[in-house]
Formats: sequence, structure tokens, C-alpha cells
Amino acid sequence: MKDKSKSRVFSRRNFVKGIGTSVIGTYAAAPVLSKFSMKIFEEAETESKTKESLSLHVNGKKVSVLIEPETTLAELLRNKLKLTGTKIICNQGECGGCTVLMNGKAVSSCHLLAIDAAGSEIITIEGLMSGEKLHPIQEAFIEHDGLQCGFCTPGQVMAAQAILIKNPKPSKDEILQGMSGNLCRCAAYPNIMKSVIAAADKNK
Amino acid sequence: MPRKIVKTKYFFEEDYRETIAEVSTDKYEDWKNNDTLKVVGKPVSRIDGYDKVSGTAKYTFDVDLPGMVHARILGSAYPNAIIKKINIKKAKQLEGVLEILTFENTPKIPWYNNSTFLFDSHVRCEGDEVAAVVAESECIAEEALKLIEVEYEQLPFVTSSNGAMKTDAVKIHDNGNIVGGRPAEYSRGNVDEGFKEADIVFEDTFDTQVAVHNPTEVHCSAANWDGNKLTVWDSTQGVFAVRNVVSASLGLPESDVTVITKYMGGGFGGKLETGKYTIIAALLARDLGKPVKITVNRKQMNLITGNRPDSTQSLKAGIKKDGTLTAMTLTSYSAVGAYPSWGGCSGPFRSIYKCGNMKTTEYSLMINAGRARAFRAPGHVQGTFALESFIDELAEKAGIDPLEFRLKNYSETDPNSGNPYTTKLLREAYKKGSEAIGWHQKRKATGSDTGYLKRGIGMATQIWGGSGGPPAYVTLKLNSDGSAIILGGSQDIGTGTYTFLAQVVSEVLEIPMNKMQVILGNTSSIPFGPESGGSTTAPSLSPAARDAAEQMKNKIMSGASAVLGLPENELIYKEAAVYAINDKSKSITIPDLMHRMHEQMFITNGARSVNPEHYAINSFGAHFAEVEVNTETGKIKILKIVAAHDIGRVLNKKTVENQFHGGIIQGIGFALMEERILDANTGKVLNTDFHTYKIPTIQDVPEIEIHVVSTGDNLLSNTGVKGMGEPAIIPTAGAIANAVYNAIGKRIKSLPMTPDKVLNALYS
Ligand code: FES
Ligand code: FES
Repeated sequence: MKDKSKSRVFSRRNFVKGIGTSVIGTYAAAPVLSKFSMKIFEEAETESKTKESLSLHVNGKKVSVLIEPETTLAELLRNKLKLTGTKIICNQGECGGCTVLMNGKAVSSCHLLAIDAAGSEIITIEGLMSGEKLHPIQEAFIEHDGLQCGFCTPGQVMAAQAILIKNPKPSKDEILQGMSGNLCRCAAYPNIMKSVIAAADKNK
Repeated sequence: MPRKIVKTKYFFEEDYRETIAEVSTDKYEDWKNNDTLKVVGKPVSRIDGYDKVSGTAKYTFDVDLPGMVHARILGSAYPNAIIKKINIKKAKQLEGVLEILTFENTPKIPWYNNSTFLFDSHVRCEGDEVAAVVAESECIAEEALKLIEVEYEQLPFVTSSNGAMKTDAVKIHDNGNIVGGRPAEYSRGNVDEGFKEADIVFEDTFDTQVAVHNPTEVHCSAANWDGNKLTVWDSTQGVFAVRNVVSASLGLPESDVTVITKYMGGGFGGKLETGKYTIIAALLARDLGKPVKITVNRKQMNLITGNRPDSTQSLKAGIKKDGTLTAMTLTSYSAVGAYPSWGGCSGPFRSIYKCGNMKTTEYSLMINAGRARAFRAPGHVQGTFALESFIDELAEKAGIDPLEFRLKNYSETDPNSGNPYTTKLLREAYKKGSEAIGWHQKRKATGSDTGYLKRGIGMATQIWGGSGGPPAYVTLKLNSDGSAIILGGSQDIGTGTYTFLAQVVSEVLEIPMNKMQVILGNTSSIPFGPESGGSTTAPSLSPAARDAAEQMKNKIMSGASAVLGLPENELIYKEAAVYAINDKSKSITIPDLMHRMHEQMFITNGARSVNPEHYAINSFGAHFAEVEVNTETGKIKILKIVAAHDIGRVLNKKTVENQFHGGIIQGIGFALMEERILDANTGKVLNTDFHTYKIPTIQDVPEIEIHVVSTGDNLLSNTGVKGMGEPAIIPTAGAIANAVYNAIGKRIKSLPMTPDKVLNALYS
């Protein structure tokens, strides 16, 4: 019985690796493929379950862990490192809820295997803070009420940060583009937009 | 604190809620316009903002307890089947699997109005709960689900209300497919007479789709036992409702069950009811002696945790030449899924316009699909789309401007009861909204745009209950340093409850909001209050908060009077201190007063007052939409939405505007893109994720303008607040549909208005 569970596990890893999906913008096609692909690999895989060691930087600190290879980055952050600020909403790369920065770029951490983040610099919502002090983007989200229930908010804030890293003075269109992968069911969008614009204005 | 026990009744979601409640009978001076207030009505930042932007806000999804194990649910693969055999042996052998529940080994806990059990051998929709596995990790639990061998006897199934109505239709339950055995009927006057009086009689049919709530935080619970005492963390809109169902299901005194919801990631009605998963987690946690967390995944949420039922609505009306309505009838059919629920949509039809002769007949029909639940303004969203499209058609028949037609049939009193309204500022909303959109200047003759991009302007009206009412309580604790702790009978679902409670107390006691903590969503510490639904939270809770704060002020005044040796009428309260009016040297601050009285804490309990008798209490409003239709692609682009509403007093400008945005944008989703697709051949849902079930993104947001035309409804309560969460979504789809008609001269009578429907209307 044990074997079966492993097969799924490895198939997911191989697949995600295979298509190399990680950066926001590849949301649309990936999830559908991934389901098919899992099935294909399920039959073939017989490797035995082992833990793999992984080193990366999370919020500026070096982290070395032993993980099951199928662990996604989101699972590593939430379950192992207890950084539960990062949320999981769709768990298949469609909503941006799990957005974190990997080497300065926004990635969907639910759709990226942790081992594929080896050696990289990860910044989560917790990493934006200095101690208990909020980052200017976080302050802008409070000031402009860019949230309601708040569940999508960490992802929104990280997506906004990615935009500002790329271009500290983004145009309205660049902001719309950059934020469009982040769903908010409360639809606080107009205020999310205002928050990001305000944060960008601080750079002007 | 004068109190009395009264019989009370108020509108909650789709029905009136009647109860006996203890209410406050204290009368306080009416608050005037928000301009005269210091904190209430101002654009105050959320006090829970820090937690939410920093990632420290703990949602049920984030609960992590020492030794916690994880549960997952196996859903039925078929829409209608009897479970013949269920073999859990292989699944149990998987390393890390701790326990498996099925109908064979679980107590028969009745569910959905006694129409089924927690686990039933008869599954009636795809996703219906077949088994639950608890394991050391989520991954193992999911893997184990695949190893459970279920032998189903598949039964024929029904996937539409049409199908459910057929005489030879498969019966989903023994007593037939119509919920309650017959349609819900309402009438007033005499419709036959009314139609005779009419110069024009017209009828039309509209249909709306099934929409799914899809809040961002999936439905989830965590359960932990301590002997007989159970703590449940739940992503719910009603901690007390969950507590009561949990204690009844498990036979526990309510005092042994604590339900906690500090933050929750959206509900929109889908989380008003207790989930089976919550009971399952509690059962498993008791058996294992370990905390159990259970999550329903996105796919299952799209299958079984509720939806807005579809509707087919046939409307008929008689009008005089001048546009006066003489009779109206509505027959609606809604498929509410596999267990009894409610799909009626006659609320707006019966209540907006003045018409003495009225009849409505509403069928709620069971089919083999996930059961419907309240979804932001249940019935009213679908009903308003049909009614307001139809009203525009009637106006055209009569040759009258649609806005003019509505004013012609304006009802000064509630057409259902004949009672006057506490306030009705719909006329003002029409005026404000029409001016803002440029109704008279910009709106062109229908279909008159040349070129392939055609613009149009349309509008629709909104009515909703949302008075709130008792019982609802707020406890206020004043610390010896003058800071305060507020315990509110509620939970915050993202609407700003934490913040407005602090604002109301701060308004009265002039204590700054940064010296306050608000506690919600813990059944063992907070006083009672209603579920967050029906747009009732702010109208129920804010008056109770004011009551608590005013009592506190009285207590402070009375204490100061004793300590200073002056009668109360020679004292004045200002900024958390008491001063002698005639002697500036005599004053006392709250900390000094407490010190002198040897007190550590002052406590007061505030209660909601009863709603005024013989009045109708409703919120009103109108949305105006400007759209551009691409007649080559069939795509509808929304350029602007203006919303103008009578919602009583605004407590917080920032959060109210935000919630209006949210309602309008969800309304756009309903109008243009959202639709659950149930395959009639297999009885399975084809779109169960965000890739295939489309919801609006930031790119779908038009220019939005909000106008609140009301100030406090002082007849209603001491804060004069009416609910606004649901009004925000109600008229959007109707306004868009009417704007599309104005643009292209063809009416889309079916939601969502996807490009194929637009092209079909244009070219067939
Ligand atoms: S994209 Fe990762 S949770 Fe949706
Ligand atoms: S704030 Fe609730 S989903 Fe975005």
C-alpha cells in the first residue's frame, strides 16, 4: 500500500519540475496539465520514499531542512517553517494567494516544489516586516483599505512588492498586469489598486 | 439599564426571523448627521488591518496545535447512488492512517432538516460525503481516500428543475422533488380584476445560473477535546450557530463547547451553516484523543458547500396607457440541489412597486446536485435581474422613460403590509444616481449607436431588509487606566465589525480607538449575537455597543458625582474625564475615579433595542451602468457603475465603500461570467476550480462611484444603521442587462451574459 502513495508524490514533483512553472504569468495552462500528467507518472514511478535535504534562504535567514521531495514551497513555508502568513487558496497555481518572492520575483509557492527553490532567496509576507514594524506597502494596504477578509492579502502585498522591485515607478497598466493573477473574492480590487499606487507614489 | 423581554421579528436572509429577546429600552439622544460626529462615519482604518497585512492574522486554515492530525473527506463519484459496499481495509493499512469514518461505523446524526445523515448510504449528489479519513499528514489522508473501495449502485438522476417537475421524475427523497411538497404562494388583491383594468398585458421569461460562493479560505475546522470539553475553530459566519449544532449533534451541554473564529476568509452566505466536516472533526478528535483539522478542498467546495440556485422566472404584468401597474404575477422554478433549501426570488417583485393585485408562485425543486445555501442577498439578486429587466420592457411598451416609469409606480408604503417605512430615500437615490451617470444627457435612443462598438446606459432598483434586531449584545469593560475592551456578540467576516464597534464606543466615551481592544468570535467569552448574514450585523450590534457605552458614561458620571460631591447635573463628561460646569478646579479622570472607588474595572452590558412596531424597515438603492458592447465579439465591457443607496447611517466611510465595491464587482461576475456547469449526461460538475469557474479579477473592475443618500434612520435604532452588505450586489446585474439593451436593442434574458448569448441575440 505504501508504494502507491509514493508514486503520486514523485509524479507531482517530476511534473512540476518538467514544465518549470514558477513565475506568475504561467497560471492558466499549468493546473490542467498537471492533473493529466500526474496520472501518467502514477503508473511508472516505483522509487522509494526518501527525504531530501534542502538549503535556501527564507526572509534573510539560511534554512536547511530534510523534506519529503513532494513538498511544495508553500507547504514548506506553512507547515515546516510555520510561516502561515502565506496562504493556500486554490493549491494549483490559479489565484496568487500563495505568492512569495523568489530571488525578487513573484512565484506561486503552491505550484513550486520546495526542492526547486534550493539555493534561492525567498521572501514571505513575514519577511517584509522589520520586527513589528510594517513595510510601507503593508501600511498602504491599511491606509487605503486594500482588503476585507484579508485572506488574499499576503499574496496581494507580495505581488505588489514584486511589481515595485521590477519598477519602483510602475504605470497603472503595469500594476493592473502585475496584480491580475491575484484573485480577491471579496473584490477589494479598487482599494488594492489604490494601495499599490500609493505605495508606488512613495517612490516618486 | 432598563430592559424588557419582547417578541421580535426581523428579516434575515430569505425569511423573517421571530424570537423572544431581551431588549434595551433606554432612549438616547439622536445622533445627527455624521458631520457632527467625531469618529462614527469617518474613514477610519480597520483596527484588524495590522494583523491582516502582516500575515499574523490566524485563520482557521492556519490553526496548528501540538500533535494535530489531518482529516479529508471522500465524496461520492456519482450524482445518485446507493452505497452497496464500502471497503476501507486497504486505506487503513496505509502507514499514517489513523481512522476512517463511514455510514457503517458512525452515529446516525440527522442532517439537512432530517432529510439525510452525517453519512448516508444513499448519496444524492456528486461530492456527497461517503467517508472521512484522518491521518498523520494531509498528504497521507488524501492518498488514503483513493484506497477506499466503494461499490455503488448507480441510480437514475435529475439535473434540472424541468426534469424534477416531470410526473415520472426520479424522486430524490420519498416525498417528492418539490421542497415542502408544494410551491410557496403569495397573493394580494385580485389579479384577474387587475389584468382586466390593464390597457397592455405583457409577459416574459428570464433565467439565471447557479453561482458558487468560492470564498478564498476553504471551509475548514479544527477540533480539540479536553475531557468532555470541546474547542472548535471554524471558518464560519456564525459561531453560536455552530456551537448549537455541534452540542446538539454530540449531545453536549452548550457550556462544554467553545467555537472560535477570530478571522475568516470570506463566506458570502456559504458559511452560515454548520458543515458536516465540523462534526466529523469533532468525532475523530474524540476517538483519537488528538486535535484534528479538516479541510474541504476547492473542488469539494464547488460541489457541496452551497451555491446560489438557478432560476427560471416567468413574469406577467398589466399596465395602463400611462404606465400604472394594475396586476403582476410571477412563477419561478429554482433547482436547490439534493436536500431541502430555498430558491424563491419573489422578494423584490412583491415589494418594490406599488401594485395592489399581485400573485407569486415559487417552486423550489430538488435535483441531484450540491445543495443551495444563502448567497449574498439570496433570491434578490436573481429576482431583481428579472424584475428590473421586465420593468424596462414595460416602460418601453408604454413609451415611457424607464426611470420615469419607476417613479410613476413608486410605493410610498410597504406594498406587502401597507405600513409606512422608517425611511425610504429611493427617490433621492434615483436622483443622485441618474445625475452621476448622466441619464438625461448621455443616454441615447436604444440601439442608436452606429459602428461596431455600441454604448448604452441602464439602471435597476434595489430593496432589502437588513434592519437587524435583537437579541444582540455587547459587553464593555473599562480598565483602571481608562482603556477599554469590547466583547461583541459577533464574528468578523471581513466587513469591518471589529472596527465599527470600537468607533461607536469611542464616539460616546471619547476614548481614542488605539486604547481599545475588540474581541469577537469566541462563544465562551462573548455575549450572544446573530450570525453575520442578512446585512444585520452592523444594525444589530452597533446600537448594543452604543447602549453599553452610554451606560458606562452614566456609571462614570454617577461615580464622579459621589466622589466630587456635586450633583450630576452640575457635571459634564468630556474626553474620558468629568468636569464641574461651574468650578474649573473640580474634575476627575477615569483612572482617578477608579482609584478613588477602589475599582479595577467597570463593566456594562449593552443590548439592542426592539425594532419600531408598525413600520417597514428596508434599505433602498439603485445602480446605474454604462456599458460598451462589441457587436463583433459579443463582449460586454462595463465602463462605469454608479451606486446610490439609502442605508441609514454610514458607520465607517472606508469600509462601507470597500464593501460596496465588493458587492458591485461580485454582481459583475454574476452578470457576465460566473456559472457552475452541471453536465446533464453524467450529473457531474464540469468546473470546480478557478481556472474554469471564472470570477472577476482586478482587470474586470470598471470605474465605480458610490453615493449614500441617507443619514441616520433614527426611528430604527440609536445608531440609525441599516445593513448594506447585500444591497451592494442586488441591482448590478439588472442595471448591466438594461444598459446592454440600451446599447444594442436586443435583450439578453439569460445570465451570465456571455459573448455567445450576445451574438445570438444580435444575429439570430
Ligand atoms: S496560486 Fe497558489 S494557492 Fe492559488
Ligand atoms: S480580502 Fe477577502 S479575498 Fe481578498
